[in-house]
Amino acid sequence: MEWANSILQGVLTGGLYALFAAGLSLIFGVMRLVNIAHGDLIVLAAYLALVVTQTLGVDPLTSLALVAPGMALIGYGLQRFLLNHTLGDDLLPPLLVTFGLSVIVQNGLLEVFTADSRRLQAGGLETAAWPVMPGLSVGALPALQFAVAVAVVGGLQLLFYKTAIGRAFRAVSDDAETAELVGLDNRHVFALAMALSLAIVAIAGVFLAVRANFDPSIGPARLIFGFEAVIIGGLGNLWGTLAGGIILGVAQAVGAKIDPGWQLLAGHIAFLAVLAFRPEGLFPRVRH
Amino acid sequence: MPDAPLLKVANLDAFYGDFQALRGVSLDIAAGEIVAIVGANGAGKSTLLKTIAGQIRAPRGAITFDGEAIGGERAHAVVRRGIALVPEGRRLFSSLSVEENLAIGAQSGRSGGWTLSRVQQLFPALGERARQPSHSLSGGQQQMVAIGRALMSNPRLLLCDEISLGLSPLIVRDIYAVLPDIAAEGVAIAIVEQDVARALAASRRVVCLREGRVVLAGLSQDATREAIAAAYFGV
Repeated sequence: MEWANSILQGVLTGGLYALFAAGLSLIFGVMRLVNIAHGDLIVLAAYLALVVTQTLGVDPLTSLALVAPGMALIGYGLQRFLLNHTLGDDLLPPLLVTFGLSVIVQNGLLEVFTADSRRLQAGGLETAAWPVMPGLSVGALPALQFAVAVAVVGGLQLLFYKTAIGRAFRAVSDDAETAELVGLDNRHVFALAMALSLAIVAIAGVFLAVRANFDPSIGPARLIFGFEAVIIGGLGNLWGTLAGGIILGVAQAVGAKIDPGWQLLAGHIAFLAVLAFRPEGLFPRVRH
Repeated sequence: MPDAPLLKVANLDAFYGDFQALRGVSLDIAAGEIVAIVGANGAGKSTLLKTIAGQIRAPRGAITFDGEAIGGERAHAVVRRGIALVPEGRRLFSSLSVEENLAIGAQSGRSGGWTLSRVQQLFPALGERARQPSHSLSGGQQQMVAIGRALMSNPRLLLCDEISLGLSPLIVRDIYAVLPDIAAEGVAIAIVEQDVARALAASRRVVCLREGRVVLAGLSQDATREAIAAAYFGV
C-alpha cells in the first residue's frame, strides 16, 4: 500500500510538471523557441502572486485573476519587443537571449525579494486530504493541481483545433513565411502564443508556491522538469506532455521511496532512458 | 486602359543578397485585367510577384495600389489591402485540413463575395474533401486549395506564381478555366507562367522579363511567337 501511495502521489505531482511543461511545449511548437527563462518566469509568477496576496489579502488561487493576465501581458510584450527579433533560421539567438533573460529575472528577484524562502498560504488547502483507503489518501492540493493540469491541456487542445487563433498557431508552426503571405501577422501570432504560455506559467507558479517553499534560485530546476516532461511525452503532443509529466512524477516518487536521495536522480534516469530508447518521445505527434 | 491602374509599379529594383533580380521594372495592371508575366528561368518573374506581395523589400522604386504607396509594407499588411499571392509550389499548411487551409485565408479580415461556399462552388472537389488533410490531395487539388485560400482574403489583385507547375495538361486546363470567372468580378490577375502559349491565351496583356528588365510589353493577341522568342532570349 505504501508503494501504491507513492505512485499515486507521483501521478498527482506529474500534473504540476505538466503545468511547467505545457507553456514550454506550446511556444516550442508554435515558433521553435526554447525558452531557457521559462522556469524563472514561473518563479516570477510565484512572487507576483505573493505580492498580490499580501497587498489585497486574497488567497493564492484568487490572485490568479490578476497574476495570469499580468503574466500574459508580460509575455506579449517580451515576445513583441524582444524575442521576435531573435527568431530566424538559427536556433541559437533565442537560446542565448532567453538565457540572458533567465539571469536577469533571477537577479532582479534576488534584488527585490532577497534570497529568503517564501511560501503562499492557501488556507488549509495544502494539508486537506481525502482518505481513499487505509494507507492511501489523496491531498486536496495535488488533486486540484492535477485536475487543473488536465483542464489546461484539454483547453489548449480545444483552442488549437477548434478556434481561429489555434488554426493560426498551427499555420505559423507549419510555415511561418506562407502564413504571413496569406495575411497572418506572425509577430502578433507569436506574441499571443507567448502570452498564453505565460498565463499557464502563472498557474504553474501559484501551485508551485502553495506546494513548497520558493526562492529566486529555483527556476532552472523547474525548467528542467518541464523540459523533461516535454521530451518524455514527445514534442508537439500536449496530451503526451501530460503523460510525460506523470511519468516524471512517478519516477521521482518511486526513486524517493527506494531512497530519499534518489528522488531527482530517478526522474533524470527516466528521462535519459526515454532519450536513449525513444529519442522522439513516447507519444510523438505524427508529422507529414 | 479605361481607368487609372489598380496596381502601378515604377522603376522597381530588388536584390537577393548581392544579386540584383529586378532592374527598374515598371508595370501597370488595371482592375479585372489578366496580365501574363513571362521570361526564362531567373528572369525575375517570381521576384516581381514576391516584391509586390511584400515578401521581398525593394530598396528602390515605387509600388502603388489603388492610389496608395504600399512599398515597404509587410506581406500580411499587403494582403489586408487586397493583394493575394498564390505561391510557387502551393505551400499549403500540411497539418491543416482542406477547409482549415481555406479558412486561414479569410483571417485577414477583408470582407467580400468570396466565402468558403463560393470557393467550394468554384472547385467542387474541395467541398467533397473539406475534412481531409491537405497533403492527401492530388497536386491539382492542392493547387485549387492554394488559389481558393488566396481568394478567401477577397483580393482585388491575385498574383499567381507558376500555378501549372508539375500538373498534367488536363488539370492545368481546368485551373486556367476559372481565371476568367475570377477576373469577371473585377479581380485583376497577374500570372507568372513558363508555358508561354498558355499565358498568352489566358491574358489580355503580356510582359516579358529578361535579366530583371522588362524587354517586351504589349497586348497578348499582338505578341507574335517570334517577338516573344526574341525578347525571351535576347536574340
